[in-house]
Amino acid sequence: MTSPLDAPSTAVAQPEAVLQGIGRKAIEGRSLGQIAWARLKRDKLAIAGGVVVILLIAMALLAPLLTKITGGSPTEFNQDLIDPTFSKPKGDGIFAGFSWDHPLGVEPRSGRDVFSRILYGAQISLLIGFLATAVSVVLGTVAGVIAGYFGGWVDTFLSRTMDVFLAFPLLLFALALAGVIPDSAFGLSGNSLRVAVLVFIIGFFNWPYIGRIIRGQTLALREREFVDAARSLGASGRWVIFRELLPNLFAPILVYSTLMIPTNILFEAALSFLGVGIRPPTPSWGKMLADAVPFYSVAPMYMVVPGLAIFITVMAFNLLGDGLRDALDPRAR
Amino acid sequence: MRRKAALAAGLALVLAITACGGGGNGGNGGTAEFNAADTSIVNASTKAGGTLNLALNDDWDSIDPGNTYYGFAWDFARFYGRALTMFKPAPGTAGLEVVPDLATGLGEFTDGGRTVTYKLRPNVKFEDGTPVTSKDVKYAVARTYARDVLPNGPTYFVDLLDAGDYPGPYQQPDLNQFTGIQTPDDLTVVFKLKAPFGDFDYLAANPQTIPVPQAKDTGAKYQEHPMSTGSYKVDSYVPGKEFILSKNPNWDTSDTNRKQLLDKIDVKLKVNAEDIDNRLLAGSLDADLAGTGVQAAAQSRILSDPNLKKNADNSFTGRLWFFVMDEKVAPFDNIECRKAVQYATDKVALQTAFGGPIAGGEVATTMLPPNIVGYQKFDLYQTPEAKGDIAKAKEALAACGMPNGFSTKILLRSDRPKEVAAGEALQQALAKAGIQAEITGVPSGGYFTRFAGAPEYMHANNIGIAFHGWQADWPTGYGFLQQLVDGRTIKAQGNTNVQEMDLPAINALFDKAAASTDVAERTAIYGQIDRAAMEHASVVPFLYAKGLVYRNPQMTNVYIQYSYGIYDFSQVGKQ
Repeated sequence: MTSPLDAPSTAVAQPEAVLQGIGRKAIEGRSLGQIAWARLKRDKLAIAGGVVVILLIAMALLAPLLTKITGGSPTEFNQDLIDPTFSKPKGDGIFAGFSWDHPLGVEPRSGRDVFSRILYGAQISLLIGFLATAVSVVLGTVAGVIAGYFGGWVDTFLSRTMDVFLAFPLLLFALALAGVIPDSAFGLSGNSLRVAVLVFIIGFFNWPYIGRIIRGQTLALREREFVDAARSLGASGRWVIFRELLPNLFAPILVYSTLMIPTNILFEAALSFLGVGIRPPTPSWGKMLADAVPFYSVAPMYMVVPGLAIFITVMAFNLLGDGLRDALDPRAR
Repeated sequence: MRRKAALAAGLALVLAITACGGGGNGGNGGTAEFNAADTSIVNASTKAGGTLNLALNDDWDSIDPGNTYYGFAWDFARFYGRALTMFKPAPGTAGLEVVPDLATGLGEFTDGGRTVTYKLRPNVKFEDGTPVTSKDVKYAVARTYARDVLPNGPTYFVDLLDAGDYPGPYQQPDLNQFTGIQTPDDLTVVFKLKAPFGDFDYLAANPQTIPVPQAKDTGAKYQEHPMSTGSYKVDSYVPGKEFILSKNPNWDTSDTNRKQLLDKIDVKLKVNAEDIDNRLLAGSLDADLAGTGVQAAAQSRILSDPNLKKNADNSFTGRLWFFVMDEKVAPFDNIECRKAVQYATDKVALQTAFGGPIAGGEVATTMLPPNIVGYQKFDLYQTPEAKGDIAKAKEALAACGMPNGFSTKILLRSDRPKEVAAGEALQQALAKAGIQAEITGVPSGGYFTRFAGAPEYMHANNIGIAFHGWQADWPTGYGFLQQLVDGRTIKAQGNTNVQEMDLPAINALFDKAAASTDVAERTAIYGQIDRAAMEHASVVPFLYAKGLVYRNPQMTNVYIQYSYGIYDFSQVGKQ
C-alpha cells in the first residue's frame, strides 16, 4: 500500500533526502509529516508567515499582560489628550498622540489607547476567525466525504445544497440577521451571543467551499487501489472513511482551513465595519477602521494602524497557507 | 465698489433689528468675520444679478410645498411660495418672530381662540398672472388631508382643524365639504379649530398654507411644477440631479419679506458631502443648502486659516441632543436613581464625542435650546465644569437605596458613530459612580417605531437609558417640548416621549399655553414646563447642537435664520 503523496517522484525533495542520508546515518523511511516539514522549512515566506501567526496568537492571549506593561486600557477615556475643537489627538504631525504610554497613539474623540484596543481586537478577530473556520471545516468535511464516498442521490442532494449555499447573498443575509438578533437568546446574552451569531453566520455559510474540495478529493481517493484493497478485504464503509480516506484528506483540510481563516477574519472586519459586529466598547479591528473614516484627514494614523493589523494578519495566514499547500501537495504547484 | 452705501443701509437695518429683537451684538454688521452671520447681515447690498449656486448632499422629499418635512425645504419654499405668515427675515433671535406674509396681519383669535381669521393681501398673483384668492389657501390646506397622495408633510392642520373626517380634495373635490376653513370672501380665510391653539401663527408659516390653485393641482405630480407666488418660479426639478429657479415676473413687488436680486438659483442634488466642502472653499458653490456643517477635513482647513474662517459661521442648529431614563424601568422609577445619573454624567465627554464645541455644540443644561422662544438659562444639576460630580451621584444613589450602584442598559443607534462614541463616554462616566451600563445598538431606521419609540420594547429588554435627538417643527417651547414631555403623547409606536413622563402638572401647562393668546404669557409657560420637566430628572440634555457652516464671500445679505438654523436664502444676492 502506498500513500498518495509520496508516491510520485518528487524531484525536488529526493536529492536532499539522499544527501542527508549519506551524510550521517543509514537511510531511513520518512513519514509524510517529516517530508512536508522539510519542504516547509525551506519556504522562507511560509516560515515568516507562521512566526507572525504565532506571535499574533501570543499577543492576543497575553493582551491583559501586555497592556499592563504600557498601562493602557482598551476602554478608558483620556479626553485630556484630545483637542476638543477637532476631536483629534493633541499635537502636530501624523504621529500626534503617540507616546510611551500610548505606543500606537490614541483614538480621536475619546482618547482611548489604540495599542490596547488593537491587542484586544486581535482576540475578537482571531477567535471569530478560528471558530468560524472550525464550523466550516467540520460541516464541509462531513458533507464532502459523505457526498464523495456514497455518490448517487446522496451526492446529488448534497452538491445541490452546496450550490444553494454558494448562491446565497451572504453579506446581505448577515446584515439583516445581525440587525434583528435579540438581546439574549439560546442562553447567551450580550457579546457572547454576538460572537456566537457571527461565528454561525460566517461558518455556516462558508462550508460549501471546503465541502466541494473535500468531495472532489474523496471522489479521486475512492477509486484508488488502497481503498479497493481495503474494501475487498471486507472493510466496512466506516472503516474506509475513518482509516483510509480521512488520513489522506488531512492535508487538504489543513491547507484550506489555513487559507479560510484570513477570509473569515476579513469577513468579520467587514461586518464590524458595517456596524453589525461586536457591540461597543469591545474593540474590533473592523469597527476601528469604520470609526477612523471621518478622521482620515486629521488623524490618518488611526486608520493606518487597524488597517495594518488586518493586512498583516491576513497576509501572514495566506503565506502560511500557501507554504503548507506547497509542502503537503507539491503537485498543486 | 458700491459696497459702502449698501453697508450703511445694512447697518441701519441691523440696528433696527437689534432694537426690536434684542439679540446679538449689532456692531459688526456688514463685514465678513467669524460667526458674523449669526447675529448680523453680512455683505448687505442691493446689487442685482448673478446665480446662486447651492448644493445638497441629499434630495427633497418633495418640492411640493404641501408635501415636505425638511427644514431646508421649508426655508427654501419661501422662494416660490408665500405662506400666510413667515419668520421675520432678520438675523438673531428677531428671526424667531412670526410676521404676516400672504396675510396683511397675524391671526385674529375669536370664539375663545377656536376661530382664527387672516385677511389676504390684495394684488398677489400666481406666476401665470391669476390673482390669489382665499379659496387657493383653503384648497392648499385641504389637500394636506389626502395623506395617501401627499404623505410627507406634518399633520398639525389635520389634527387641529374641525373638519370631521374630510378625506382630502382628491376623493371629495367639493371644497364646501371641507369645514375646517371658511372663506366668506375672496380675501378672508377663517380657520375653525377643535380646541384653542396659541401658536397658530407659527403653524400658518408652514409651506402648507402656500396657495395652490385647484385647477392646476395634479396631486402627487404637482411637485413637477408648483405654481409660484414668491419671487422666483420653478424652471425645472430633476429628482436626484438639480433644481433650477428663475425670476417670477408676476411677483408682487410690494412684498418686503423677500428679495429678487438673483437672476437664477441652481441647486445641485445628491452631491458627496466632501465634494460640497471642496467646492465651497474653492468658491464655485455659495452654500450647502442643508446647513448641517462641513466635514472634519474642511473644518480643520477653515479653522486654521483666518481667511477662510472669517467666512464661516458657527450657529445653533436648533437641535438638542439628550438621553432619557425610562421612568417605567427599574431602578429609574425612583427619582433619586435618575438624579444619580444626572450628576454622574460627564457632559464634556459627550460633547467631545459629538465633535467638540464647534462641530458638536454647546453643553446643554435645559431642554429648550437658546434659539427657541421660551428658553431660560438654568442648571438644576450643576457639576464642576459640567464634567460630572461623583460624590453627589453617590449621595443620590444612597438616597435611592442602591449605594453600590446598579446595572442598566443604554440604547443607541449603532449606525451613528457620534452617538456610539457618546454612549461609550456615558458608560465610562457612569461606571465611575458604580453604575454598570451595557450598550445595546440598534439600527436608526425603526429607532422610534420598533425600539426606543416602543415602550413595550424598552420594558421587555430592561432598557434604562436611551439616546435621543430633537428639533422642533416651529421654534417655540410648545413646538419643541410637547412631543417630548406631554404625557398624553405617549404611544405604543413612534413614541417620542421615550422617558414616559406623564405629569398632570406639565400636561395642564401645555393646555394653558395653547389656550393663551398672549405671547408673553405663553413664553413664560414654556420656561416653566422646561424647568418642571428637568426637576423630574428623567431627561439629561447634554448638547445644544451647532454646525460650522461656510458662506461664499460672494453672497450678499447673508445671515442665519434662527427658526431654521440655516442661512436665510430668501434674502441673498450675489456680488
